[in-house]
Amino acid sequence: MNLKIALFGIAREIVGQSTLELAAPEGQSVQELLARLHQEYPALTRLSSLAVAVNNEYAADDAPLHERDEIALIPPVSGG
Amino acid sequence: MIHIDLIDQPIDVAAALQTVEDDGAGAINTFIGTVRNKSTGRPVVRLEYEAYDSMALHQLRKVAEQAQQQWPMLRKVTVIHRKGTLNIGDVAVVVAVSTPHRAESFAACQYIIDTLKQVVTIWKKEFYEDGDVWVAAHP
Repeated sequence: MNLKIALFGIAREIVGQSTLELAAPEGQSVQELLARLHQEYPALTRLSSLAVAVNNEYAADDAPLHERDEIALIPPVSGG
Repeated sequence: MIHIDLIDQPIDVAAALQTVEDDGAGAINTFIGTVRNKSTGRPVVRLEYEAYDSMALHQLRKVAEQAQQQWPMLRKVTVIHRKGTLNIGDVAVVVAVSTPHRAESFAACQYIIDTLKQVVTIWKKEFYEDGDVWVAAHP
């Protein structure tokens, strides 16, 4: 399946683009996706935290991803 | 009643306060977050706020709904957050709540701004004379 991942803030700057398209095995989990991104972009591992959002909700590590999901990488938020 | 907004124009604070007026309320409590000229001692020139809009709006509404569950007497809640470029003194966020009595208005207002800072997908970049930093990005 193909995943489209939206990137924001420092994650966008580290990756160098605002969306990332990746081919992934069916049912790949959030944790697996993060491990892969950490390997490809080591600077992501130095962040205080890095969450994954699926369809506007924070996703659990073991949540499976689907091709139509709206996926986003969420570096530490700092609103307010 | 909940009113949520994320805008790239200056926040009209007076208009925001009007949205929580309620005949059943004896208290209106407001938090106004403004842009400070220093961050850990370093002079700040301006800020830029970036948002994941759809999630930020969704999470802001959830925070307001959680406040309503925790303080069922809440009459109205308004949260407006700014995005884009902000200068020193600009209003970055307004939280306003109305309740029958004052104690709950303080508690609910504080809960909303504290939780917003933890979960809402908005990122702040501080610009200094000689560089810039994404706030809270690194330990």
